[in-house]
Amino acid sequence: MAEKNKLSIICMSGDFDKAIAIFTLASGAAAVNYEVNLFFTFWGLNNIKINKGRAFIGKGVLARFFNFLLGGRNNLPLSRLNFAGASPGLMTNMMKSRNVATLPELFQVSIALGVNFYACEMAMHVLGLTRDDFIPEVKDVLGVATFLELSKGGQTLFI
Amino acid sequence: MSRINLDITKDHCPMTFVKTKLQLEQMEEGDILEILLSKGEPLENVPRTVTEQGFQVLETTQVKDDIYKVVIKK
Repeated sequence: MAEKNKLSIICMSGDFDKAIAIFTLASGAAAVNYEVNLFFTFWGLNNIKINKGRAFIGKGVLARFFNFLLGGRNNLPLSRLNFAGASPGLMTNMMKSRNVATLPELFQVSIALGVNFYACEMAMHVLGLTRDDFIPEVKDVLGVATFLELSKGGQTLFI
Repeated sequence: MSRINLDITKDHCPMTFVKTKLQLEQMEEGDILEILLSKGEPLENVPRTVTEQGFQVLETTQVKDDIYKVVIKK
């Protein structure tokens, strides 16, 4: 059997619209039998926090404030025209009314299709986060060298 | 052998082939999946991607102006 196609995405952004791009590509690729690896780093880690909303998590006072302000995947701002956080809800309603999959749906089907989630060890360290702060579907905590090894031979995107 | 219907006429990329894949995963070898889909991107890509994954497209028929039925054997 031919070797499986592979898509790896470095998920740096914590923006709502970019998260839609990440999980649309991930679920679409997994649905056509690609191996999909998502490597969440810095603001991208907000996508995979176990707390979907705002929570004082992390080690140290600054980290706790930082993580509270950043929030989880229910608090992702739109990269443009965010209107103090009102726009992601409005965008979700527009997506629903036009029968386009919403971010929670894309997230769930990505998990159902076996997309691999990885967290960046260095960014977790900076933000004072541990593996327990993330959803159990996170397969591993990685550094650059392991990510390069995982993504070798496939396509890699940076979002 | 069972026959299952799936209507993805109202869905858009990537849910058209995501729903197809999730449905096929739940089915047994030899089961038949009848999909109703729209012409354009779903009609071009759903049969192609299932064929690439080793499933058999038995027939594609037009049922309305913009709606097609694709029959797939797992």
